[in-house]
Amino acid sequence: MLNQEEMKKLDNILVSYDYNKTLIIAIMQEVQKEYRYLPKEALRYIAKKLNISEAKIYSVATFYENFSLEPKGKYVVKICNGTACHVRKSEPILTEFRNELGLSETKVTTDDMTFTVETVSCLGACGLAPVCTVNDKVYPSMTPDKAKDLIKQLKEEIANEN
Amino acid sequence: MKINTREELNAIRARYKASLDNQYKQILICAGTGCVAGGSLDIYKRLQEIIEERDLKLTLVLEEEPHDEMIGLKKSGCHGFCEMGPLLRIDPMGWLYIKVKVSDCEEIIEKSIIGDEVVDRLIYKDDKHSYSKQEEIPFYEKQTRVALEHCGNINAESIEEYLAMDGYIAATKALFDMTSEDIVNEISEAYLRGRGGGGFHTGTKWKQVLRQAETEKYIVCNGDEGDPGAFMDRSMMEGDPHRVIEGMIIAGIATKAHHGYIYVRAEYPLAVERLRIAIEQATEKGFLGDNILNSGFDFDLRISQGAGAFVCGEGSALTASIEGNRGMPRVKPPRTVEQGLFGKPTVLNNVETFCNVPPIINKGAEWYKTMGTDKNYGTKAFALTGNVNNTGLIEVPMGTTLRKVIFDIGGGIKDGKFKAVQIGGPSGGCLCLNEGHLDLTLDFDSLKKVGAMIGSGGLVVMNDKNCMVEMARFFMNFTQNESCGKCIPCREGTKRMLELLNDIVEGRGTLEHIELLEELSETISATALCGLGKSAAFPVISTLKYFRDEYIAHVVDKKCPAGVCKALMSYEIDKDKCKGCSKCARVCPVEAISGEIKKPYTIDKSKCIKCGACMDGCAFKAVQLV
Repeated sequence: MLNQEEMKKLDNILVSYDYNKTLIIAIMQEVQKEYRYLPKEALRYIAKKLNISEAKIYSVATFYENFSLEPKGKYVVKICNGTACHVRKSEPILTEFRNELGLSETKVTTDDMTFTVETVSCLGACGLAPVCTVNDKVYPSMTPDKAKDLIKQLKEEIANEN
Repeated sequence: MKINTREELNAIRARYKASLDNQYKQILICAGTGCVAGGSLDIYKRLQEIIEERDLKLTLVLEEEPHDEMIGLKKSGCHGFCEMGPLLRIDPMGWLYIKVKVSDCEEIIEKSIIGDEVVDRLIYKDDKHSYSKQEEIPFYEKQTRVALEHCGNINAESIEEYLAMDGYIAATKALFDMTSEDIVNEISEAYLRGRGGGGFHTGTKWKQVLRQAETEKYIVCNGDEGDPGAFMDRSMMEGDPHRVIEGMIIAGIATKAHHGYIYVRAEYPLAVERLRIAIEQATEKGFLGDNILNSGFDFDLRISQGAGAFVCGEGSALTASIEGNRGMPRVKPPRTVEQGLFGKPTVLNNVETFCNVPPIINKGAEWYKTMGTDKNYGTKAFALTGNVNNTGLIEVPMGTTLRKVIFDIGGGIKDGKFKAVQIGGPSGGCLCLNEGHLDLTLDFDSLKKVGAMIGSGGLVVMNDKNCMVEMARFFMNFTQNESCGKCIPCREGTKRMLELLNDIVEGRGTLEHIELLEELSETISATALCGLGKSAAFPVISTLKYFRDEYIAHVVDKKCPAGVCKALMSYEIDKDKCKGCSKCARVCPVEAISGEIKKPYTIDKSKCIKCGACMDGCAFKAVQLV
C-alpha cells in the first residue's frame, strides 16, 4: 500500500501533467525517476486517477524497454550494445562487469541493491565506442580493465558515504 | 522579450550581429554527448575561471546592446571529429585543438587568447602535415555542411546567436512573403527526400497534408534515432536545436498546421535538454505561440520523450507512442498524411529533413539542386563509426563515393584491412570490397540497387577481424529483441532466424540452415506489417549474397575465417613462446591444461570449455586461437 506521502508525490506528478491520459509515458517516467522503478501500487493508483484500466497502464509499462517493474540498484550500469560498440568489442566489457559483480543475463541486480547491470541499445556516442553509462553519465572508450576500475571506484564511493 | 513584428526582429538581429562582431576572440567548446563524456564541461568551467581571474572581458551570452570588445566563450554542438575529442576551436582564426585537457586551459588562454599564437602541441597532425586550422584538416575539407552548417559553430543554448547567424529569416520569409502553396512548391522543386531512411519526397508529403480539409493538423519531428551506429539527428538536436524548430514552423505554415511534436528517444537526455531550452527561448521571443510576429499564424511545439522502443521510429508506432499507447505500427492505409497523430492529418519528417528546410527557403530550390546527383539532391549527414581512424559526424553531397568517405574523410581503416561497411542500421545491408562497392555513390537509388539502403545514415566500417555471420547474428538479435510482436512474420520469423544463426556461429550449422535462412528472409520481407519487419532480414540477405563463403566455412569446414566465433576455434599453446610458468594451468577453471614447470604446457581439447582465461592470463602471448 502507498502511504500518504507517496500518494501526495504521485498526485503532484499527475497535476503537473494535467491528468492528461496521453502523457502516460511521461508520467511513468517521472514516477520511475522517483522510485528507480515502477511499483505496482503506484501504477494502480495512477490508472485509477487517470480513469484508465490497470490492463492499459500495464500494457504500456511493459512495452517500453526503459520501464522496469523490478527495483533497480543504486548504480545502474548500462553497456551500449550498438553496432559500433559491438564492432569495437563491447561484449568482453559486459562480461567483466557481470563477473566482477556476480551478475548474469537473468540476475541483473546485486542482492544489496547497489548495482544493476544491463545492456542498452545504441546511445549514439558511437565515436567513443565502446561506451557504458552509470546513472546516465557516459564513460567513453571502455576496456575490461577500465570496467574493473570503475566498479572499484564506485564501491569506494559507497564505502565513503557510509 | 517578445519580438512583435518583422521590423522589430530585423532591428534586434542587427544588434545581435554587432554584438557577435564585437567578440574579437571566440572559444567554442564542443558540448555534444561525445565530448561531454570526455570532460569538455570541466574545460569550459576552467576556461571561464581563468578568463575571470585574469580580468579579461568575457561574455557567455550575446548581449542586445553591443559595447566593448569581448571574448566569447560558448558551448557548441558536435564539431563532428569525435575521435579527437574533447575539441575546442578558436575563432575567427579557426584553430582547432584536439584532445584538450583541463590542464591545457592555462596555456590556451595565455598563448591563443591573450597572445595570437597557436598551441602547437594541441593541433591535429597526420603522417605528413600538421593542421592548425579546422577547415584544412582532410576530415573537414572534403565535407559540405548544410544541415550541420551551424553544428559546432554556434552556441547551442543561445537563440541570440542563432538570430545573429541569420536564424529565423527563412521562417519570416515563409510567414510574410510566401503562401502555403509557394512553400510546398519550393520544397517539391528542390526534390528534398526524407532523410530518415525511406527517401520519400517531402514536398509530396506536405502537399497531401495541405490539401486535407481537416483543420486540426500536426507536424511531427521524428527524433527517435534508434538505428545502432547512428547519431546525426542527435547531434543536430543538441547542436542546433533552433534549426529543427524553424524547419518545423515552416512545415506548419506550409500545411496550415498549428501544433508540433518532437519525439526524442530516451537515450538522448542532452538533446531533450537543449530542445527544451530552445523551445522556451523561441516562445519567449515570439517565434512559437499565438500570432507569431503579428502574422496571424499560431504554432506551438511540445517534446514527447520515448521510452526505449526501436519500433517507435516507424511512423504509425511513433504517433501511437505520443498518444500514450504501446508503440506498435498499424496497417496502412489510412496513411499518416491522412490520419496520423490523434487521427488527424500529420506531416512526419525526421530531424535532418527539417534541418534542410530553412536553407532551401532562404536560398531556393535551384541552389539546393546544385549539390548531389539527379533526383538525389542536397547533402546527407553520416555517422562514421567502427574500425575507421576518424570516427565522427560528417556531411557530404549526395552521390559521394564510399571510398572518399571512408578513406579521404575517415582516414582509412583502423587495425587491419577493409572488409565491409554496414549501412542503414538493422534495416540496411553490408557492402564489401570485392564487388566494387567502394566506388558506389552514396545516394538513395544506387544503394537500393545493391540491396542496401541509406537508412538514417549510420556507416559502420568493419575490418578483417569481423565475422560477417556473427554480424548478421548481431543484427538479428537486435531486431528480434525490438520486434513489437504484433505481426507473426516478424515476431516468430526473426526468432527462428536468430536460432539458425546461433546454430551456425556455435558450430551446429548445416547447409540446410542456410537454405532455411533464405526462405525465411523471403517470407518475412514479403509479409511483415511494417517497414522494420520487412527489412529485418536485410543484414542476412546481404551478407549471404556478398559473404556466402564465410557462411559455408562455418557450416561445412566448421571454421570461422575471421577468428571471431569461439565455438569454432580451439585454444592452443605455442611451444616456442611458452615459458612454462604454469599460470595458464592455474587459471584454467576445468584443469584442462597440464605440463611441467619451465617446459611448454599443453591444452586437453576434450576438457577445454573455451572460456579464454588462459589466453587472458598468459603474459607471453603463447596461447592462441586457431
